[in-house]
Amino acid sequence: MPVVIVDGQEIEIGADERLNCIEAARRAGKEIPHYCWHPGLSVVASCRMCLIETGQRDAATGKITMVPKLVPGCQTPVKDGTVIVTESQLVKDSRARVEEALLIDHPIDCPICDKAGECLLQDYHFQHGQPERRADLQPFHSRKRDVGPTVTLFVDRCIMCTRCVRFTREISGTAELMVTSRGAKEEIDVFPGHPLANKLSGNVVDLCPVGALGDKDFLYQQRVWFLKREANVCGGCSAGCSIHTEHNQDAVYRLKPRENPHVNKWWICDDGRYGWHHLHDQARILEASRTAASPTHRGNGSGTPATEAVEWADVVVKLRDDLKAAGRLAVAVSPMLTVEEAWMLCAVARSIDSEAFLALGFVPVTGDDESFPGGFTIRAEKCPNRKGVEEVLAIYGAAGRSWDDLVAHVAAGKADAAWITAGYPAAWIDTASAEAFAGLRQLVVQDLFDSPLMRLASWRLPAAGFAERAGTWVNVAHHAQSFRQAIRPPAGVWPEGRLFWNMLGRRGLYDPTAVRQQIATSSPTLAALGGELPSTGVDLRLHQLA
Amino acid sequence: MKPSDPSITWLEEKPLGLAERLYLPLFVSGLTTTARHLVSPKVTVSFPDQRPKVGNPLIYRGVHRLNRDAEGRVKCVACFLCATACPAHCIDIVAAESPWPDREKYPESFHIDELRCIFCGMCEEACPVDAIELTSLLDLTGKSREEMIFDKEKLLSVYDMTKDAEPMKSTALGCDP
Repeated sequence: MPVVIVDGQEIEIGADERLNCIEAARRAGKEIPHYCWHPGLSVVASCRMCLIETGQRDAATGKITMVPKLVPGCQTPVKDGTVIVTESQLVKDSRARVEEALLIDHPIDCPICDKAGECLLQDYHFQHGQPERRADLQPFHSRKRDVGPTVTLFVDRCIMCTRCVRFTREISGTAELMVTSRGAKEEIDVFPGHPLANKLSGNVVDLCPVGALGDKDFLYQQRVWFLKREANVCGGCSAGCSIHTEHNQDAVYRLKPRENPHVNKWWICDDGRYGWHHLHDQARILEASRTAASPTHRGNGSGTPATEAVEWADVVVKLRDDLKAAGRLAVAVSPMLTVEEAWMLCAVARSIDSEAFLALGFVPVTGDDESFPGGFTIRAEKCPNRKGVEEVLAIYGAAGRSWDDLVAHVAAGKADAAWITAGYPAAWIDTASAEAFAGLRQLVVQDLFDSPLMRLASWRLPAAGFAERAGTWVNVAHHAQSFRQAIRPPAGVWPEGRLFWNMLGRRGLYDPTAVRQQIATSSPTLAALGGELPSTGVDLRLHQLA
Repeated sequence: MKPSDPSITWLEEKPLGLAERLYLPLFVSGLTTTARHLVSPKVTVSFPDQRPKVGNPLIYRGVHRLNRDAEGRVKCVACFLCATACPAHCIDIVAAESPWPDREKYPESFHIDELRCIFCGMCEEACPVDAIELTSLLDLTGKSREEMIFDKEKLLSVYDMTKDAEPMKSTALGCDP
């Protein structure tokens, strides 16, 4: 095994690993500061922040020969016997000079800069910079440039690391951004008439190590140090990208990609990134209600039956009674539900009617899969857990049953009651399709928003949004990721898991981990879900092969 | 730390002298203090008919105000540093893009809950643009809780009310404007 010596510490690296000095030093717990290098992008070695001393240890004699000048760590590959020195005086002086050069004309507007608090320039200045400013320039303002529908460029805050330019060339493949002028007058810009408008544009804001690129959706909304982050999974499509949900006081402020080499690497698409606004939509259904049964609640004359609100504790009991009284049950298990919720829903359904017809819920599909040169794909299937629900349905002997099968089953009059779980962020069913459910004795609809189907329902239940759930989702590539609840749902809403947990008569608070362990022990196909799952998730197929 | 710890030095109480044992000299000196206060000028004022005198208004920590710049606009740049520094979490700011070309950000709304505030002055210290200041107004009353949540207009009006008596501290205390 090749050995690399980092500040006197010997580190073994894999024989086939191709690491640069920054990655090798990180293994030794040493962080080499860098701006322009990013593991997902090509190397330009232009910021000079990662300059370090290197050398080579002779394998035979053990004699170390150092390279006389500093080299950029990002561009220098390590091999057996490479010596890296990250904390010598020479290196420290070099970092202080780079920091000083960057700050000569960088506006000192940190109080009004959205990046303050998570800015590498700030962090490195405190760690490696010098305490005083020798330049007599005191710039405070930054020019603003609109580069696209999602991103604002603060021209003077830029340190010209060109991460954003390389991203649009290498990952999104759209190449909107460029560097204009030369030397001290270099600026990031777009060609006139070609704004930064691709579906991955939001990533340049994450890549920007300073406050030059601002996300219009988040700009001025909140200071970053107020935000709490929860490792989550995006529910926008079946790719299931790992994300961080950043929130404060039960309000989501932004979503950020979470590094996951198996799923999304470092990126997420704009649809997912800005796809959380429905969580705070005023039109959300916030109350469990059912069509009034008592004669005192007469209709209001307009044809719509009167409804009465039902306490959740009563829903647990009355919903079961109503469905039991109605007869043959059909259940649509929404692909927005987690594996745990789907499994519990099936168990609840079978406990009400042992012959209950279980099927996959409606699967929303928009357009085609969209792939980018950097290996990122936005899936056409706009639900996060179709694979997971299918696995659960297979456990209950309902493998391969789709939404169309359920509609046909109901239309053929083979069911007296239907329980449709939905939870889709966008409108998903029209009046004509909903008609199939019109003649049922009981229709339970659990959804985020009102819909033609919801208007037919005898039981109207609110659903939870993606950041309000806890559980496991299985993406299109059979990769299962577990996540916790980031924010609480609005007052009056029980997440589906909590309702199913209580309907199963289980004690205490809803515990998705306990349910997951139970699923893993009861089903060989989902056995990989047992134990503690890594934050990057597990591949269900790999574990089946092993 | 135990009583037997060698780093502790134990001191014996001094034995009483003759004057202490006689009791009378201490009695007289105590009464002298009482008598002196009987004849000295009164410090009590009958508030609110009489206004108490504030020693140095520049360092007094009373009701907040939001300063205006030379053009009469709110000086605040909505950086949230006061809200961050506030130990009582009584400042609530909503930031927005400023309508003026020379400024980037401004507070669309700015609320201080004066009932929650503990008047520690941390907001004033945190402010990078000397926009929020504590005045020497000390009698803060209202008929409801809602009334005691001061919004931006109210805080600016406090500035208009007090700016003549109390100029902005950055200039009054001789700092850079």
